[in-house]
Amino acid sequence: MEPLTIHALHDQLVKGEISSVELTKKYLAHKDAVEPKVQAFLSDNRGYALEAAAIVDKKIAAGESIHDLAGIPGAIKDNICIKGQQATCASKILENFRSPYNATVIEKLMAHDYVSLGKTNLDEFAMGSSTENSAFQVTRNPWNTDYVPGGSSGGSAAAVAAGECVWALGSDTGGSIRQPAAYCGLVGMKPTYGLVSRYGLIAFASSLDQIGPITNDVTDCAIVLNAIAGHDERDSTSIPQGPKDYKQALVNDVKGMKIGIPEEYFSEGLDATCRKALEDAIETYRKLGAEIVPVHMTHTKYGLAAYYIIAPAEASSNLARFDGVGFGMRVPGKDIVDMYQKTRSAGFGPEVKRRILLGTYVLSAGYYDAYYLRAMKVRTLVKRDFDEALKTVDVILTPTAPDTAFKIGQNTDNPLAMYLGDVCTVTLNLTGLPGMSICCGYKDGLPIGMQLISKALGEDTLLRAAYTFEQNRPEFHKRSPMGEVEL
Amino acid sequence: MKYESVIGLEVHCELKTKTKIFCGCSTEFGAEPNTHVCPVCLGLPGVLPVLNKEVLHFAIKAGLALHCQILPYSKFDRKNYYYPDLPKNFQTSQFDLPICLGGYLDIEVGGETRRIRITRIHMEEDAGKLVHSGATIDSSDTTYVDYNRTGVPLLEIVGEPDLRSGEEAKAYLEKLRSILQYLDVSDCRMEEGSMRCDANISVRPVGTEELGVKTELKNINSFSGVQKGIEYEAVRQAGILEDGGTIIQETRGWEEGQGITVSQRVKEGSNDYRYFPEPDLIPIEVSTDWIEEIRKELPEMPDARKKRFMAELGLPDYDANLLTLEKQTADYFEAVVQAGVEAKTASNWMLGEFAKKLNEEGISADKAPVQPQALAELLQLISKGTISGKIAKSVLPEMWTSGKSADQVVKDKGLVQISDTGALEEIINTVVAANPQSVADYKAGKKKAIGFLVGQVMKQTKGRANPGTVNQLLVKNLEQ
Repeated sequence: MEPLTIHALHDQLVKGEISSVELTKKYLAHKDAVEPKVQAFLSDNRGYALEAAAIVDKKIAAGESIHDLAGIPGAIKDNICIKGQQATCASKILENFRSPYNATVIEKLMAHDYVSLGKTNLDEFAMGSSTENSAFQVTRNPWNTDYVPGGSSGGSAAAVAAGECVWALGSDTGGSIRQPAAYCGLVGMKPTYGLVSRYGLIAFASSLDQIGPITNDVTDCAIVLNAIAGHDERDSTSIPQGPKDYKQALVNDVKGMKIGIPEEYFSEGLDATCRKALEDAIETYRKLGAEIVPVHMTHTKYGLAAYYIIAPAEASSNLARFDGVGFGMRVPGKDIVDMYQKTRSAGFGPEVKRRILLGTYVLSAGYYDAYYLRAMKVRTLVKRDFDEALKTVDVILTPTAPDTAFKIGQNTDNPLAMYLGDVCTVTLNLTGLPGMSICCGYKDGLPIGMQLISKALGEDTLLRAAYTFEQNRPEFHKRSPMGEVEL
Repeated sequence: MKYESVIGLEVHCELKTKTKIFCGCSTEFGAEPNTHVCPVCLGLPGVLPVLNKEVLHFAIKAGLALHCQILPYSKFDRKNYYYPDLPKNFQTSQFDLPICLGGYLDIEVGGETRRIRITRIHMEEDAGKLVHSGATIDSSDTTYVDYNRTGVPLLEIVGEPDLRSGEEAKAYLEKLRSILQYLDVSDCRMEEGSMRCDANISVRPVGTEELGVKTELKNINSFSGVQKGIEYEAVRQAGILEDGGTIIQETRGWEEGQGITVSQRVKEGSNDYRYFPEPDLIPIEVSTDWIEEIRKELPEMPDARKKRFMAELGLPDYDANLLTLEKQTADYFEAVVQAGVEAKTASNWMLGEFAKKLNEEGISADKAPVQPQALAELLQLISKGTISGKIAKSVLPEMWTSGKSADQVVKDKGLVQISDTGALEEIINTVVAANPQSVADYKAGKKKAIGFLVGQVMKQTKGRANPGTVNQLLVKNLEQ
């Protein structure tokens, strides 16, 4: 069975087959039923959601045209600020923090009459690949609840896959949208760095963070991207450019498209079943008229190391503001330094502490050149690899992760193994390039993800490639066992 | 042994932009605590900075006026340290690529011009203000934070260790203030903290080149404090060396009241601020066209103006120097001359009576209630002989407080100079009759006695008589 999509439900709304309030109530009922098993949400926003839905119904009743996303229940990762609501980042240090302002993406979604059922779970401060680093709860994979949903946007991905909502926003610093989308059999996109405003996204690593959609299909991905993309004067790293309709890119045709296959991403670390699914996907593209071209990314092998220097370095500075002075948790101390230490010791979990320590270390005098500066040079080289390859091909195809979802608890004592899982995704954050994960198979009932990459601002090319695959291999467009919502 | 001091100043100036460096909050001084704040300057989770272009504009302007190279490509960096006046626990500043590099300014001390090199100028954000219930943060039960100042734009101007005395340091600071005020980029009020100065100072035997161990002098709140603090520190350090001791590298605070410096913090190695490029701001690229546009905006600078005052208006060095120190004073002076007053007369008044009034009220010339045109009218009353210079000195305060014109004050108070010989002769007759002794003295050859008689006439006329005329008439009367 296919999952319900934004575009299908939008049609039902405008045809009057269902009202937004009814739809929202149905989703809330389903959410209430499955949430105890999935644990995807950190807050419940049903009051506001029903109010927002009622506004959409009024517009429909008045004969007004509504946005594609209007009135369709969604969810927001709990590191994106919504005025008056919690923004915990799944951290004790922000447990009682309420944002006094809206993130730019939230303002944009409001203009589209969005409905959000609540804020979703994540690895604390988006640091992790399994959502097990949440200070509050462990989210489970709706395909098999013994497994992780991926991370850090695991709450968002699990919520969509479990049918608790139709779409969700995640954030991606090293793969945090694409990897959970892959683990949960969904479509996840990390847009080009600067396409979506970061204003109001609680920073993990500023030069790598990007907000993006997690949806059930490629069309929905384009719809959510339409709502959130665009230049924002409040974000200096936002790309100045006019609006674009990404739905225009949804064309079922890849004839003549050049798809690059970098052998470096298909190394022995890749699971055999996943490899087979990917090779099968490549074959599909070939049959559909795409030209398959081998490309080389010789610096990719250093990407992960560079990433795990740059991301913690920026994080160590970004997270310095959580000090117990102005907002958030405070543990009293005998003097200011004691208060800082007690607050941060009690407020941050072990993974966050580990990365703050790493980041502080690599920025320290005497180590800066050997670590941070060298990592920045690697970053440039990795980018050069991609730029070169993307001169000859339109899209690069890789696995999203070396394997399908792993069991809860499997990697918690081995941070290095956890980091290694990010090997396919971090390079896009280092380079700023857009990437998308879509489902291309299953292994033991768990979805396999395929990553598509294009040049900067090449989201339309990605959407076209992904859409064509989805249209021609509909068997990979399935809902999870608990994802059936009764309307 | 004779020692010389080696001094380098680090000066922070608040830029007088309307809004803060990275958000739209007002920079106005003196508002209720925590009223000029927003999520961005409070460093709340999720916020991002956006550079106020006016800050860059002002920085380039200052750089050009100080003969610096403007870097076509510079960037912001994060300076990481924990302190509760710094909401993000990092200060967004510039590290290895500041906006301006390598300039200088010329100072004059003891009739000699010296060129003091400037290392660099960079932009950064100010921190908030802490108010402790006790003396320090650690001895206080409560510390309050006012974030109004957080994010106010600062220029840090780092000077080379080219200064050799407290007097030179003071002259440097005054010159810097003068230039920045001319550019209208900073108020440079040390008392309000819109200009702050740290001094690095060491001493070495005269004739040697090697630098001694330096101390960093902080808590300098006035121009005279800069001079006195450095002079004290130079004597202290020389004394230690004379006694065979060694200088400890440390931060010392200037205690204005006691006139001494005291140790604040001994430096153990340099602080590790873990600078790295600010990822939330894009690098700053400045086009040559823009730099040239800004260069055209530069007003006539104090040195050039001083030279012009000497060459065109024939003013002595001393006058020209004092008149051009503050742009407002120089503008005012030129307006008075423009209104037809002879330059030296205008200068004497500007530096005398007028300056006295400004100092009394602690205001700059542009804020004076007496406008240049009004002062010019007063001075013209002297040159026309309507009133004496002495009377004029009493007219100015009256104009100052009442806002009346010089003419009006003179009329109201009946201060018009009595040059009418008939009226004066009558008074002289009375004075001569009443002071036979002085008259006798004069006639006996004590010519000085006439001074007393003139004084008596002036007294009777309440100073309104033209003293020259009185003298002539008296002589005539006594010689009869």
